Amino acid sequence: MRKKLGILTAGLVAGMMFFGFCLSQGFAKDVELIGAGATFPYPLYSKMFNAYYREFGVKVNYQSIGSGGGIRQLLNKTVDFGATDAFMSDEEIKTKDNYILHIPTCLGAVVVAYNLPGNPQIKFTPEIIADIFLGKIKKWNDPRILAVNPGVNLPGMNVMVVHRSDGSGTTFVFSDYLSKISKEWEKRVGKGKALNWPTGLGAKGNEGVSGLIKQIPGTCGYVELTYALQNNMIFGIIKNKSGNFIKPSIESVNLAAAGIKIPSHTRISITDTEAEYGYPISSFTWLIFYKEQGYAGREKRKATELVKLLWWVVHEGQRFCEPLHYAPLPKNVVEKAESIIKSVVYKGEPVFAR
Amino acid sequence: MGIDYKETTDKSLKKISSSELIFRRVLYISAFILVVLVGAVFFSLLVSSFPSLKKLGIRFLFGKTWDPVKGEFGAFSFLVGTLLTSFLALLISLPFSLSISIFLGEYFSRGFFSSFLKSAVEILAGIPSVIYGFWGLFILVPVVRAFEIKLGIMPYGVGIFTASLVLSIMIIPYSATIGREVIQLVPSELKEAAFSLGATKFEVIRKVVLPYARSGILAGILLSLGRALGETMAVTMVIGNANILPDSIFSPSNTMASVIANEFAEATETLHLSSLIEVGLLLFIVTTIVNIIGRQIVKKVSIEV
Amino acid sequence: MQGDKVSVRIFGDKAFKLFIIFLSFVAVLPLFLVLGYIIKNGIASVNWQFLINLPKPVGEAGGGISNALVGTGILMLLSCVFSVPLGILAGIYLSEHRRGKLSYLTRLCVEVLQGVPSIVIGIVAYLWVVLPMRTFSAFSGGVALSIMMLPVVVRTTEETLKLVPNALREASLALGVPYHRTILKVILPAGMSGIVSGILLSLTRIAGETAPLLFTAFGSSFMNLNIFKPMSALPLLIFNYATSPYPEWHSIAWGASFVLVVFVLVLNLITKLVVRKWKTQF
Repeated sequence: MRKKLGILTAGLVAGMMFFGFCLSQGFAKDVELIGAGATFPYPLYSKMFNAYYREFGVKVNYQSIGSGGGIRQLLNKTVDFGATDAFMSDEEIKTKDNYILHIPTCLGAVVVAYNLPGNPQIKFTPEIIADIFLGKIKKWNDPRILAVNPGVNLPGMNVMVVHRSDGSGTTFVFSDYLSKISKEWEKRVGKGKALNWPTGLGAKGNEGVSGLIKQIPGTCGYVELTYALQNNMIFGIIKNKSGNFIKPSIESVNLAAAGIKIPSHTRISITDTEAEYGYPISSFTWLIFYKEQGYAGREKRKATELVKLLWWVVHEGQRFCEPLHYAPLPKNVVEKAESIIKSVVYKGEPVFAR
Repeated sequence: MGIDYKETTDKSLKKISSSELIFRRVLYISAFILVVLVGAVFFSLLVSSFPSLKKLGIRFLFGKTWDPVKGEFGAFSFLVGTLLTSFLALLISLPFSLSISIFLGEYFSRGFFSSFLKSAVEILAGIPSVIYGFWGLFILVPVVRAFEIKLGIMPYGVGIFTASLVLSIMIIPYSATIGREVIQLVPSELKEAAFSLGATKFEVIRKVVLPYARSGILAGILLSLGRALGETMAVTMVIGNANILPDSIFSPSNTMASVIANEFAEATETLHLSSLIEVGLLLFIVTTIVNIIGRQIVKKVSIEV
Repeated sequence: MQGDKVSVRIFGDKAFKLFIIFLSFVAVLPLFLVLGYIIKNGIASVNWQFLINLPKPVGEAGGGISNALVGTGILMLLSCVFSVPLGILAGIYLSEHRRGKLSYLTRLCVEVLQGVPSIVIGIVAYLWVVLPMRTFSAFSGGVALSIMMLPVVVRTTEETLKLVPNALREASLALGVPYHRTILKVILPAGMSGIVSGILLSLTRIAGETAPLLFTAFGSSFMNLNIFKPMSALPLLIFNYATSPYPEWHSIAWGASFVLVVFVLVLNLITKLVVRKWKTQF
C-alpha cells in the first residue's frame, strides 16, 4: 500500500513538473504565427510553411477551416493572418480603427469534378453547370449534356450535387461565376461564402467535398484543381466566354488573369474571363492581415515576423506553386503585393526593412 | 458542533476555529461556484443570442430557410433533423437495450456471460464518438448506399437513416444499464409469488417485472434521448450536412449540434454567429429538460424501492 | 386442453429466452465490428515512427501523431487541474449537507451540466476564453474539458463519501479532531478509491471528446508544449484526417483511432483495478 502511494505521489510530482514546464513555455520567447482560413490553397500553404519552418525556425500554424473562418478569426483578432479566396468588400476591410490588407499568393482553378463509371471526359456549358447545381438537371444522360458530348457514354444515373457545408471561399468563387453566367442563379441563390443550396449534400472543406465525390458514384461537385488532381478525380472541360472549351490547368488559369487590370489593392474577381483561352472559373487567393500591427498589445516581433513571412511567400515561396498545380503570381501582381507589404506599420512606423 | 468557541480563550483552539471556518467557507464557495457556472453558461448563451433573438424573433423556430447570404435564419430544419434522428435512434435501440437489461437483470445476473456482456456494454459506451463517426463513414455508409441502390432511391449513403443507425449503437449502453439496475430492484417476493402461482419466466417478466420497472426503464430511455440529442461528431460525419428539411428518412439533413460544428468557426456576420449561438441555446434548453425529467424519474424510482 | 395450453406457454417461455439472448448479442455485435475494423486498419499504421513523428504535409510519407499524443496528454492534465480540486470540494459539501437550499441547487446544476452537449460547452469556452485571450489555446480547450469533467467528479465524490459510515466521522470528531482535519485526513482517504476511479472514468470520457476542441484548442501541425497556444489532440486529428480525401491521412486516422481506443480501454482497466485493490471495506 505504501509503495503504491509512493508511486502515485511520484507520478503526481512528475506530472506537476511537466505541467510547470508547459506553463513556463507560455512565457517563452519563440514567435509562432497562427493563420487560418481557406482550404483552397491548403496543400500549398502546408508545404510552404513546413519549408519556412525548416529554413527559418519560425512555426507557422495554419488550420484550414474555410475562408469564412479565416475572416472571422482575423476580425476577432484570434489569428495573426487569415486566408481567403473570397476577398472582402470595401466596407468590410475598414474596421473600427484599422484596415485589413489583402495580398494574393497564387492563382487556382475551381473545377467541376464528378464520379462516373468509366471516367468519361465531359464538356460543360455554363448553362448546364448552373442547372445541375440548381437541381434542374437530374440525370447524367440528360439530353442537354448529351448534346454537348457526342459519343460519350453517359449512364442514366442520378446527378447528386455535393457542395460545401462550411463558410467557403471556393463557394464564393464558384457562385460568383454562376451569378455572372446565370440570371436565375443570381436571383435565387446569389453569391457568397455560405449559400442556401437548392440541392445536394454538404461536406466540410475542399477535403470533405473531394472525399464524398470519390466515395459516391454519380456525384458532381466543385473543388479546387489541386484536390482533384491529387485524388485522381475527373473534372469537366468548360466553355468560356469566348466560346472555347477550356481544360483547367496552370496555363489556362494564367491566361485568365493575364490582361486583366489588377487594382493596386489586388481584390478582384477573374471568373468568366474575357481572355480567349482563359479558364472561366479561376481565382486569386489572398492572405489577409491588419495594416496597423500594433493592435491588442501585439509585440513588434510578431509584426516583423509576419512581414518577413509575407515577403517570402510572394517571392521564394512561389517555387512551391507549380509542382502543386497552382499558378504562381505574375510579375505585375508581385509588385503590387510588395507595395502592400511595405505599407504595413507598427504603431505608425513601417515594419518592412530591407 | 458541541464546542462553544465563543467561550474559549485557548489560542490554539482559536487558530483551529479560524481554519475550520475557512474550510467551511471554501466548501460552501465551491458548491456555489458550481451553481454560478451553470447560470453563467445559460446567461452567456442568452446574451450572445440577443442579435438574432431581437431581429428574427419567433421566425427563428419555425423558419425553414437557413440562408446566410440573405440573412434569413430559420432553425426548423435542424430541429426536425435532431428530433428525427434521435427518436429513430431510440426506436431502433429500444429492443436491443431492453433485451440487454432483461438478459442481465433476469437471466444471467452472474457468471461468465454476465461479465462478458457487462464489459461489452461498458466498452461500447467508452468508444469516443469521433471513432463511431469514422467507422460509420467508411463502413456503414457504403452499406446503406448499396441498400438505397436496391430500393431505387438516391444513393447518397449519408443521411438521416445512417445517422440514426450510428446513434442507436451509441445510446444502447445508457438505457441498458439503467434498465438492468431497475429490473434488479424488483422485489423478489413479487416474482416468487407469481412463480408460485405457476407462471413461466416469460410471463413473470411480462406481467410483473416490466410493469414494475416501467418508470425506471422510461428514465433510461429519456437519458438515452438526452445523449442522442446532443451528439455531435458521429452525426456530423454521416448526416450529409444539407441545411434542408428532410423529405424522407434517407435524405441528407442536418442537426442542431452538427450545424454548429460546421459553421461556427466561420460565421462572419454577427447575425449568422448569433443565430448559431441561439441554436446552441435551444439545444441546451431541450437537452436540459429531457435530462432533468429522466433523472427525476430515476430518483423517484430508487426512493420508492 | 389444459395440457396444450401449458406446453404453448412453456414454448413461449423458451422462445422468449432465446430471443432475448439473440438480441443481446446482436446488440453488442457492432462493438466487435467497430473494434475489429479499427484493429485491422489501425495496427498496420502503428509503429514506433508513427508515434514519435510529427504530421507531414500532404503527399509526404512518414507522418506521425506525436504532437496529438502530447496534446491529448496536456489537455487531460489541464482539465484535471481545473476540475479535480473544485469537484472534490463541492462533492464534500454535498455529502456533508444532505439537505438545504444550496445543496439542492448544486445537485440540480450538476445534473444540468452533465447533460449539456459538448458542442455547447465548446461555444461557451470560446466566448469566455478564446475571445478575451484573442487566441486559440490548449488552455481554453482545458477549460472546456474541465467543465465536462466537473459533474462526474462531484457526483462520484458525493456518492463515495456518502458510503463512508458516519461512525468514522463521529469517532474522529469525538476524539477532538477538528472538522477540516476529519474530512481531509479521515473521510477523504477512506473514499479515495471511489474518487480516483471517478476521475479516471471522466478522463476516459474526455480523452475522446472532439466537439469542444474544434474552436478552442484548434489543432496544430507542430509539437507544442505552450498551453497558451493552439494544440493538437488525438480526436481532432482523427476528425480532420478521416474527412479528408487523402488515403495516407486515412491510414493515419485509423492508426490514431487504434491508439485512442487502446488508451481508453487501458484506462478503464486501470480504473477497475484501482477500485478493486484500494477499496477500503467497511
